[in-house]
Amino acid sequence: MTLPTTDALKGIYQTSMIIRRTDERLLSMLAAGQARMTYYSPRGQEVISATVGALLSDDDYVVTIYRGLHDHISAGTPLGPLVAEFLGKASGTCSGKGGPMHVTYPEAGMMVTTGIVGSGLPIANGLALAAQMRGEDRVTVCNFGDGASNIGAFHEALTLASLWKLPIVFLCQNNLYSEHTAYELHSPVDSVASRGAAYAMRSVTVNGNDPDEMWAAADEAIRHAREGGGPTLLEAMTFRLRGHTYGDGGSYIPKNQMADAVEADPVPGLRARLLREGLSEADIVDLESEVDRVVNDALQFAIDSEEPDISELRTDVYSSEVFA
Amino acid sequence: MTNDGTKSSNITMMEASRMALRNAMSLDESVFCLGEDIGDEQGGGVFKVTKGLSTEFGDARVRTTPIAEQAIIGAAIGASLVGMRPVAELMLMNFFAVAMDQIVNHAAKLRYMSGGQTNVPITIRTATGAGRGTGAQHSDMLEAWFAHTPGLKVVMASSPAETVGLLQSCIFDDDPCIFIEKKERYSLRGPAPVDVNTRIPLGKANIARAGADVTLIGYGGAVSDCVAAAEQLSSDGISAEVIDLRTIAPWDEKTVLESVARTSRAVVVHEAVRGFGTGAEISSRIHEELFADLSGPVLRVASKDTPVPFAASLEQAYLYSIEDIVASVQSMPQS
Repeated sequence: MTLPTTDALKGIYQTSMIIRRTDERLLSMLAAGQARMTYYSPRGQEVISATVGALLSDDDYVVTIYRGLHDHISAGTPLGPLVAEFLGKASGTCSGKGGPMHVTYPEAGMMVTTGIVGSGLPIANGLALAAQMRGEDRVTVCNFGDGASNIGAFHEALTLASLWKLPIVFLCQNNLYSEHTAYELHSPVDSVASRGAAYAMRSVTVNGNDPDEMWAAADEAIRHAREGGGPTLLEAMTFRLRGHTYGDGGSYIPKNQMADAVEADPVPGLRARLLREGLSEADIVDLESEVDRVVNDALQFAIDSEEPDISELRTDVYSSEVFA
Repeated sequence: MTNDGTKSSNITMMEASRMALRNAMSLDESVFCLGEDIGDEQGGGVFKVTKGLSTEFGDARVRTTPIAEQAIIGAAIGASLVGMRPVAELMLMNFFAVAMDQIVNHAAKLRYMSGGQTNVPITIRTATGAGRGTGAQHSDMLEAWFAHTPGLKVVMASSPAETVGLLQSCIFDDDPCIFIEKKERYSLRGPAPVDVNTRIPLGKANIARAGADVTLIGYGGAVSDCVAAAEQLSSDGISAEVIDLRTIAPWDEKTVLESVARTSRAVVVHEAVRGFGTGAEISSRIHEELFADLSGPVLRVASKDTPVPFAASLEQAYLYSIEDIVASVQSMPQS
């Protein structure tokens, strides 16, 4: 079992803060009527993807879902084009044609973002299968929420991945809510990881908000996949500190549960940890100022960018213009 | 003789599909097959299309899967995003219904949603068709579902040689292609292509029979039915042109409109049920472009708007007949 070094923790904090500040800027733009999108805040889940991102290379593949900002950033998607895509600009990663629910950036391995619950898992298998057939040591990390564990695609995908020993990590970010429905009301089993037994799959549950636990479990799962050991179902327990979408106040979340979760917010927790590891307050403030600069620059880039030209409407439907 | 023991000069529709797969796999390492029961240990597919391929190319490239259509199509899509050319077999077209999310929300759209950064060069082969008592859940022609989804290409071949050329074009095309095979026609024989590498371009229709008085438009098995109807009509002095669309979507409007502009009459023929079918779109486009030049309305010959019935008498009543095509032409104003 490996644990993150202080440097690694610093990197995880930096990534987490970039996610958090970007999220805050997008939320305030929505509140001010300056953005037009269905937005799914990842607040509270930053440490999971920041940790996994630190363990992956650009050659590895990532698949995520509509609540994906933290995964996009952690995979290494450049922030300016990423935010521009969220705002529907021509300079966006997908030229403004995908939007927040469909971010793709192959250069960083950010292969698919889907808006359909559970549908990323079968596709992630294919990415892993290609790597396996070509004898490459790439690993695929497929992110999804606890709600996805009930849909058929989840079960078909785990069956095939286990049968074919695919180099993949199924990373369930269990934030305890499937849209508006609490975990115990939507799932008949105590943990998502317990589903793995039905597929003879290596399965682990960890506190995803704890960078030590998350690092150790993700490192082991990624290594296991890279070395040909096959898939892992890794359940990272976390909590969603905002509603399902922007505009959802989360009335279905008990007040004491939310209060406890805010108290246990992993991002300030990691900041305190860095101080205990010997970083000075000044070091951290410097890091945070740099984060603010990076986020401001990205937002400004996106805001200043143009919307796509109307001529783009019919391009990219097919590979050949014959059919355009 | 070819390696799989078929006469190279005369092959069945089933052997033609196998020939295309075999040739594509020989040409390109990135081509592989996946689907239920397709390995030789499982009999080489329920219709034997892939028989011999796993022995020749290995189990890694001819992959038998569990009965899990979402997993099959998802794996094909994912592998294709990074440069593989998977050919997924969905045993029967009705099984597309259980994989619709993967096909419609993902295969069709990942290229567009990514702004052209990733494409989905998959081919989904499937078999279907009525006429042999396979009933309501194993017989449907569902091409219109997919023709109505921008991003997908839908192809059907009318003969063994067309099968070899079109299926290979699908496999090497950079977009998701659905290649529909009609199981009742698997044993139909015809000349093999002289050169197995010959590819028939997608999106281009073929004038299967030239004529002057009426244009019959079909694809797949409907093409030979249209040709048979045209032969009957010629004895009445009516000269029918037959267009084999080859690619159902996106379809070759130009060839069809040029033909109908000459003949002034058109009948669209397909085995799929009539309502909201591909014939409605083709007919509508002809009316929109050529209304003033038409001698009469464009007609449709298709199956009745019911589920496919089991009893032989009902199934025959459900399907259109060659006589229906002849009668529809005879019903047109013959100015």
